[in-house]
Amino acid sequence: MSEDILDLSAMQLDALREIGNVGAGNSATALSQIINRKIEMNVPEVAIVPLNEVPDLVGGADAMVAGVFLRVYGKAPGSVLFFLPKDSAFYLVDTLMGREHGSTDNLDFMDESALMEIGNILAGAYLNALAHFTKLTLLPSIPALAIDMAGAILSVVLVQLGQMGDHALVIETEFLSEDDGIRGHFFLVPDPGSLETILSAVGVR
Amino acid sequence: MSELIRVGMADYKVGRAPASIISYGLGSCIGITMYDPVTKVGGLLHIMLPDSTQARSSENAAKFADTGIAAMLKDVLQLGASRPRLVAKIAGGAQMFSFANATDIMRVGERNAEAVKVVLAEHSIRLIAEDTGGNYGRTVQIDLESGIYRIKTINKGEKEI
Repeated sequence: MSEDILDLSAMQLDALREIGNVGAGNSATALSQIINRKIEMNVPEVAIVPLNEVPDLVGGADAMVAGVFLRVYGKAPGSVLFFLPKDSAFYLVDTLMGREHGSTDNLDFMDESALMEIGNILAGAYLNALAHFTKLTLLPSIPALAIDMAGAILSVVLVQLGQMGDHALVIETEFLSEDDGIRGHFFLVPDPGSLETILSAVGVR
Repeated sequence: MSELIRVGMADYKVGRAPASIISYGLGSCIGITMYDPVTKVGGLLHIMLPDSTQARSSENAAKFADTGIAAMLKDVLQLGASRPRLVAKIAGGAQMFSFANATDIMRVGERNAEAVKVVLAEHSIRLIAEDTGGNYGRTVQIDLESGIYRIKTINKGEKEI
């Protein structure tokens, strides 16, 4: 298989989309159980985009977001990012902390910790499903949280990809709560070397 | 209102007064300005990585400190800047997340800042101001009328250097 992500076949992209589907489905269920609300997700998108356009996927480089970042270790290393626009993050912590919606306009230490834990659970659920599906061992690192500009948070991942090429392959899923209060983006960004491992594991070469 | 030129990641733009050049949401990346205060010509470069020789792909010169600075220097000179008068300012180079076992790639902000200083010195461009490090994102904008480099953050306020 070529190592250039621009040369992936339609079948390979489909396989990656299915991986996103399996992982995100499990994550959505986990999130739904935690906050006791229905969570809908869209069909995962496998996007191959120029590095400088990745921030546009979450509303632009200067959009203020809460981002939970985890590294994935194991047979197919990569990065996982869970993004929430600022208002969604506030809504989610209000829900988690049992406060009235709209009462948060600033995150304290407990709120941040709760968001990190959500990121942790979602990533764990995602990777678990993915590991089961591919029979690959995938382990998440501890989560890290930043409330900042989307571009700045994404640079952590983009810099790594930038050493290898000018495009990023991201498997992206959008989550939406039934009351519209929470709209989040979940990203799996395999390291360039991991794509081949993942694709062979699901029998697509 | 004067023109506002936008620069994406791994790109640079040059221009002249009264335009301003802006780049949004820098994390570990660095925004490097070059400016000639007499002709009021300058540029803004948004680099991601310190060194093109350590990367596998280097199609895009503006991605790296070494090749990016050389490329933008050529363009600002062509636009009428005088080399001895050129001054540089830099901002960015944050480490957004700190893990206990931070690998080299996590510290790329710091390495970017170091590389930028070395490359500017190699080209004999004076670095007159900097705002680097920290763990937060920055939006940077140079006003080519005044040479003021404005740095906006979400929680750390706004400053001019």
